[in-house]
Amino acid sequence: MNGNDTLRAMKPVFVFALIGIVFMFAAPYALQLFTIINLTTAIALSVLALSLALVWGYGGILCFGQVAFFGLGAYAYTIAAINFGGSTWAILVAVLVAAAFAALLGYFVFFGRVSDVYLGVITLTVTLIFFSLIRRTSGPDYKIGNALIGGFNGVTSPPLNLPWNTSSFLFPEHVFYVAMAALILSYVFCGWLVNTRFGRVCAAIRENELRSELLGYDSRLYKLGIFTIAAGIAAIGGVLFCNGVGRITPDVFNLYNAALTIIWVIVGGRGTLIGPIAATFGLFYLTSALGGQSVLNNNLVLGIILIFFVLLVPKGVAPTVTDWFTKRRKPAHNSRRRRRQGRST
Amino acid sequence: MSRKRDKREVIVETRNLAMHFGGVRAVDQVDFTLYDKELRCLIGPNGAGKSTFFKCLTGQLSPTSGEVIIRGQDTTLAETHEIASLGVGIKTQVPNLFDGLSVDENIWMSARRWKNSKRARSLTSETIERMNLGDMRRKTVNQLSHGQRQWVELGMVVAAEPWLVLLDEPAAGMTHEETARTAELIKEINTQAALIVVEHDMQFIRMISQQVTVFHEGQILMEDTMEAISKDRRAREVYLGSRA
Repeated sequence: MNGNDTLRAMKPVFVFALIGIVFMFAAPYALQLFTIINLTTAIALSVLALSLALVWGYGGILCFGQVAFFGLGAYAYTIAAINFGGSTWAILVAVLVAAAFAALLGYFVFFGRVSDVYLGVITLTVTLIFFSLIRRTSGPDYKIGNALIGGFNGVTSPPLNLPWNTSSFLFPEHVFYVAMAALILSYVFCGWLVNTRFGRVCAAIRENELRSELLGYDSRLYKLGIFTIAAGIAAIGGVLFCNGVGRITPDVFNLYNAALTIIWVIVGGRGTLIGPIAATFGLFYLTSALGGQSVLNNNLVLGIILIFFVLLVPKGVAPTVTDWFTKRRKPAHNSRRRRRQGRST
Repeated sequence: MSRKRDKREVIVETRNLAMHFGGVRAVDQVDFTLYDKELRCLIGPNGAGKSTFFKCLTGQLSPTSGEVIIRGQDTTLAETHEIASLGVGIKTQVPNLFDGLSVDENIWMSARRWKNSKRARSLTSETIERMNLGDMRRKTVNQLSHGQRQWVELGMVVAAEPWLVLLDEPAAGMTHEETARTAELIKEINTQAALIVVEHDMQFIRMISQQVTVFHEGQILMEDTMEAISKDRRAREVYLGSRA
């Protein structure tokens, strides 16, 4: 596929990115500060959902512990920012720590040819190990450099500062811009990646690993690659998250969050990137709205939604909507649209 | 057994190859030789060890003992992708395709492994033309009929431009017409590459065969031309029976 074809296949990606940019600049004028701060957290979570959409939806790797890389990124950022006295390099450290850990874990899992189900179990277990481990780090003995890890109370995360001035911190509305820009860039990056040769080979491996090996592709390397990249993206989400909330606690690694990430992708639709992002925003706001009332239990409603989607909309929102539009189009357009669908959105 | 001395290059050789599953000797002490540009059929009754032998050649199974040598390289313990990377095209017994992807994408995936993106695109189009898949190139392969799926897989083998082709039951489940076309295609591939074809269908083997190897109980019973094998009493007893 040459450059022109990649760009053509990415057309929907640019459309959604444009909508994102408009939203990014319009939202602070239309919404209250409280909502903007809340939105920043939702954006952080949607970057996490995006990373799982990449590794699960395109790579076919059901990583039940994507939130581990998200939390690891948040912790690495916080600890590095405290030690460095500035946030710029801490962001890089966060991405590198999460990606390096994913590369190490992925090496054993993929080169050891661990099967899909066990991969889910292993990644979830690793997440829960982080949860237990970091909860036990209370007290002055547990620190990295100047940063106390803080046990179950967590650590206060230093806010982002301007790259050229470490004492000039960003206000919440500016953090919103940063978060939105990070989401859009991550989204465009993923949209580009899945249309490159690397991304297409990953999708082929998802469809049939043996066939890809029979063609001479080393599936282990490709899986390791996409797993590592997705971990790096999850870490970006983690950095945004601890900036939005102001602190990071071991609760990020709990079972609830690990499962929630999967739910976002199931509801949004595997095999798309925009679906899980939209689903994260939708469910985040639903959860907030439900938090304001006491008639229905929050988790009960989430559970019902999940069951509803698995039974009635098994493909998820985005693919179902795309199918619906495709059917309404003229047959002549059909074949062209179908070719792009599943690789590009 | 008429095993003539051949001056052509040996490209596949197994020495004392054995594959045991617990107490079952699926392949037992097999010495096999394939020469360059040869077209060899492997036949034998169910459970004779043909497919196990095939999987040992393609790296899908690691033999219990013995050696596999492909063009001078020891590939006994090689991974499947490493064997494919030597320039070996493989089609398995159960069709293995990228089910959710289009015919185009399936073939491209094979062509793009070795060629740059421009060459891969033209090679993909050429292969689709050659396989008569033009009408369905945008369809996902899980929408195709069984015979068409077999053709897509053969297309993937061809698009990689291999010098050695290993096919496990390429005509399985095909109509008579499709089988005849497949036989033509195999002869065509044979002008560029050596082939090993595992097959059940005797009609099909008669269409393509030169040299045939008969497997029986994990061992090579005999190696000869199809006519000679049809006349041989032992071969008829173990396999051909009344169908010959």
